[in-house]
Amino acid sequence: MQRYILIRFLQSLLTLWVMTVIVFSLARLTGDPLDVLLPMEAGDGERERVAHHWGLDRPLYEQYFTFLGKALQGDFGNSWKWQGHTAMGLVVERMPATLQLSSVAIAISVLLALPFGVLTAVWKDTLFDAVGKIFALLGQSLPSFWLGIVLMWIFAVTLGWLPTSGRGTVWHMVLPAICLGWFQVAAMMRLIRSSMLDVLDSEFVKLTRIKGLPEWKVVWKHCLRNAAIAPLTYFAITLGVLVTGSVVIESVFAWPGTGLLAVDAVRARDFQVVQAIVIVFTSVLIMVNLAVDILYAYIDPRIRFQ
Amino acid sequence: MAIAAPSQAPWYVAPLRALRSIFQIRQFPGVALLIIVFLLVIPGLFAEWIAPHDPIKGALSARLKPPMWQKGGSIDYPLGTDKVGRDVLSRIIHGSRVSLRVSIEAILVSGFIGTTLGLLAGYFGGKVDALIMRLVDIALGLPIILMALVFVAALGPSFTTVIVIITVFLWSRYARQIRGETLSIKERDFIARARVAGASHFRIMFRYILPNVVNTLIVLATLQLGFVILLESTLSFLGAGIPRPTPAWGMMVADGRELIVTAWWISMFPGLAIMLTVLSVNLLGDWLRDHLDPKLKNI
Repeated sequence: MQRYILIRFLQSLLTLWVMTVIVFSLARLTGDPLDVLLPMEAGDGERERVAHHWGLDRPLYEQYFTFLGKALQGDFGNSWKWQGHTAMGLVVERMPATLQLSSVAIAISVLLALPFGVLTAVWKDTLFDAVGKIFALLGQSLPSFWLGIVLMWIFAVTLGWLPTSGRGTVWHMVLPAICLGWFQVAAMMRLIRSSMLDVLDSEFVKLTRIKGLPEWKVVWKHCLRNAAIAPLTYFAITLGVLVTGSVVIESVFAWPGTGLLAVDAVRARDFQVVQAIVIVFTSVLIMVNLAVDILYAYIDPRIRFQ
Repeated sequence: MAIAAPSQAPWYVAPLRALRSIFQIRQFPGVALLIIVFLLVIPGLFAEWIAPHDPIKGALSARLKPPMWQKGGSIDYPLGTDKVGRDVLSRIIHGSRVSLRVSIEAILVSGFIGTTLGLLAGYFGGKVDALIMRLVDIALGLPIILMALVFVAALGPSFTTVIVIITVFLWSRYARQIRGETLSIKERDFIARARVAGASHFRIMFRYILPNVVNTLIVLATLQLGFVILLESTLSFLGAGIPRPTPAWGMMVADGRELIVTAWWISMFPGLAIMLTVLSVNLLGDWLRDHLDPKLKNI
């Protein structure tokens, strides 16, 4: 087990390293950063001075190692757009808003997906199942940005029940959390349904029934426990996806999180901030995946020995 | 007492049964197929001949006309016009082309790359497998929308950029699936016989293993079609898709966003087009999976 964890950990580090290379080269691909930093009429002397200040006059590999060394300490330099802020500082400052929104979305999706996933499996091929399927299919087919605009139009503008955008009260979270969560509800529901169907068919379930256990205990205790492994891993992946997938919804609802920061930074070509966000997001995803793999290996011994 | 005749069943049973049979997805999704043909394929292929107006040049005199069934609308512009007087319907028809082209090309390219790498990884195993699966892990770990934004900022928005971005994320799913199937197929007898008969590695992979994973490929491609259309429209909503002035559905939603209160139709209809297309593609994919390849049910 330790060996497995160690190998997976080293592999994750490798992934992260590849990401730093990609991010670094992408930032350099966009053309000379000096063109963004300096006004059009800047002279050669000015260009040299600024290039020297930012370390842009040194060879590329040297720039990369400087970047990597500083990145390891969480230092991605100062933002070009938001003067007086460090890139990492901005990301850290915006992170709580993103985490808040994603955790609400996750809470909503689990609270909905778990009971509905189980019940659609138990009441397979009933009207309830059909409605559940439609709900899930819609969730996986609605473009979230459009859903956001339409919900905003109906509930915030026309009916005036909820605020249109921004962050503040609990009510501000309702619409973005629905947009963010629906897709996940749909995916999780389908997963729970299909693994519940497998379990409901198995021998030990028949045994629990023969034993005379009440039906609710058979379903909610014995079946669910065995059907939960696949959805559990998916749930963990969802965590990562929500944190990083908030880019679209945050920009629709002007939610001041890292996603919105990312969009603004890319538009302003503020590559210090973009680099910081990409690396932070990738680290989150990698850590979540690592945790899932370890959890999975812990639950299912066959994986450890592959 | 006689046994109750079937006609004495409660009144609500018949309609419920009818409703149930409509929604049974196992049946052939004919409606879905019709929607795909009429919303994606035909407009995508024949946009110039079908669209009633020019999708790019608007008539300023016909700005912000509502759809024809609303007061002030006209039959000339069935779904209304946007703020520079362009016909929303014509733009949706031309937008199908972007969705169709992007999704087909992206799926073909990533399917080709992913299948080849998956076959190599599964067939040779060992170091080749380890290397390719590492790449798969990296691709699956990328924050997709964010990376797309960075790519576009770096390379500039273009048709090729969009295809490259989608391919970077998509190939890994093919590779993983095909690798898994190759692993089990290569243990079968006919592969050993082919080897004894002197077939080359290349021949075994592409003549003997590949035909056995074609069903999986078809199902995977259909299931991903919806995802790719959604992804493309999300990118174009964020301004990272096909560059203007080519109309794309996501971009149209973004254009109408500010006007949703006064001119709801500008972003409503392209959004509906995305939703209906993706919904139908997903339905079709589910059906194909159930019939061609039931072991894929967790995808």
